[in-house]
Amino acid sequence: MKTVITIAKKELKTFLYSPIAYILTAFFLLVTGFIFYNIVVWVNEQAMRMMQMQSQYGQPSQIDINRMLYEPFFNNMTVILMFLLPLLTMRLFADEKKMRTEEMLLTAPVRTWSIIIGKYLAALIIYVLILMLTATFSFFIFANGNPALGPILTAYLGLFLLGSVFIAIGLFASSLSENQVIAAVISFSSILLIWVISWVGESAGAAWQGIFTYLSFFQHFQNMVKGVIDTQDLIYYFSFIFLGLYLTYTTFEFRKWR
Amino acid sequence: MIQVENLSKRFGNVQAVQNVSFEVEKGKIWGFLGPNGAGKTTTMRILTGYLPASEGTARIDGMDVSTHPFEVKRMVGYLPEVVPVYPELTVKEYLHFVAELISIPRKQIAAAVARVVERTHLQEVYGRLVRNISRGYRQRLGIAQAIINEPPVLILDEPTIGLDPAQIIEIREMIRGLKGSSTVILSSHILAEITQVCDGAVIIKDGHLKAYLNREEWGKNLEIITAGPVENQDWESFAKQFSFLSEIRAEGESVKLEFKETIADVNQLLKSLIERNVRIKEVKSGLESLYMKVISTEDGRLS
Repeated sequence: MKTVITIAKKELKTFLYSPIAYILTAFFLLVTGFIFYNIVVWVNEQAMRMMQMQSQYGQPSQIDINRMLYEPFFNNMTVILMFLLPLLTMRLFADEKKMRTEEMLLTAPVRTWSIIIGKYLAALIIYVLILMLTATFSFFIFANGNPALGPILTAYLGLFLLGSVFIAIGLFASSLSENQVIAAVISFSSILLIWVISWVGESAGAAWQGIFTYLSFFQHFQNMVKGVIDTQDLIYYFSFIFLGLYLTYTTFEFRKWR
Repeated sequence: MIQVENLSKRFGNVQAVQNVSFEVEKGKIWGFLGPNGAGKTTTMRILTGYLPASEGTARIDGMDVSTHPFEVKRMVGYLPEVVPVYPELTVKEYLHFVAELISIPRKQIAAAVARVVERTHLQEVYGRLVRNISRGYRQRLGIAQAIINEPPVLILDEPTIGLDPAQIIEIREMIRGLKGSSTVILSSHILAEITQVCDGAVIIKDGHLKAYLNREEWGKNLEIITAGPVENQDWESFAKQFSFLSEIRAEGESVKLEFKETIADVNQLLKSLIERNVRIKEVKSGLESLYMKVISTEDGRLS
């Protein structure tokens, strides 16, 4: 456990000393902020139109901010995360290989699992910090409207879990290569593939469709955006995280038999 | 302390190390010699648990590296071929990280770091980023991380590479200071370094162990290269002067001396040569001539 903290601390330092974490955060906030702004403007127009209709025809109607603003916003955010997180995780093991510091880590009296968990935690902490910054967007909405807090919180939980899966995949990709670009490409394309795997299902018959839809990230995230926490979804996320970390572990074990 | 038995390592079709066996006693310093690509680094990596052996066993303090990796790693300090440093950390941060990583108790970390910084003379760059320190300092930092917990076994892959002559002497002194307390294996291209520091040496070539030499063996001969021919000297009277001489071979510009026993101090002998107007250009240790003999012959076995 102590080693996990030692490794995580060192990784956090490396993140904070290098410009990449700041650049990624800045771009992430810029893009998500831009999307958020645009959706707000669009929702605002819709609201105006509805008010006009209401005054002309007297039909009472309500703008559902959660459905109109937050659902598309969070769905867009997942796509940006797919680009962002591989860039955050690509360094983790690839750099150790390239700098040959891996040799020190693996000859220190340290369990391989401690190294993996330590690095995973560090990336997770950075991710949570970035995610928390996007929460500032909502201050404005809460000041001027009354969206339901519940679905927003479950959506953030969903984003956290989805990101945790992406980071686990990214960590594994990083353990495969000493080249950071290759690591990023591997994790990005794996994430994309798992995302769109449900498309295959559509032409493959009902049974397969069920399996592929279950495997895809998409459905599991949708539940959470709508405010539903299903244990099935949680199990899905946790098993993916475990799979990513376990595969990372096996690359180190496999190294021994090469 | 260190026992290697029939160790082999294959990488695909490449046989990096083949059937290597040797032993190093506790408290001794042993040298690893051999041309580039001979298998020195691979052997060291197996000893530290970084690579598994294809066949054979390596034991540290009686524990098999492959079955007790954790215990072995705790006992072994290791300086790899490429110094394993993080350029984005400062020297201070790096050493603290290593100290925590190898589980030095929290309260002792500050003292351990201070001690190792003094020992490897890193005070001047202590607060600097590793990225910005010179190669010599980087090498010393690598040695510092290996000895920070004063491990009973130390494995150093070319510890003096990249250092200037003054630093080389410093590091050699430091390693010599470990004699008795630590068991050390160090690889080097510099034969003089091995002769000065080590109690013995292993010569490896093409993955095979070519020679296992004790200090006594190379202490028994000496070659002196001169500027000018040496045949016209009165070697008989010279031989009478030093009773420990068993053989003198003077040919061309070289004098090969063999001793009856190990002679550590050859100053008197050299002084006498100078008095006889032999113009000494170079003094080669016994190890050097043994090494050349092993490396240059095709099958390379020392008889």
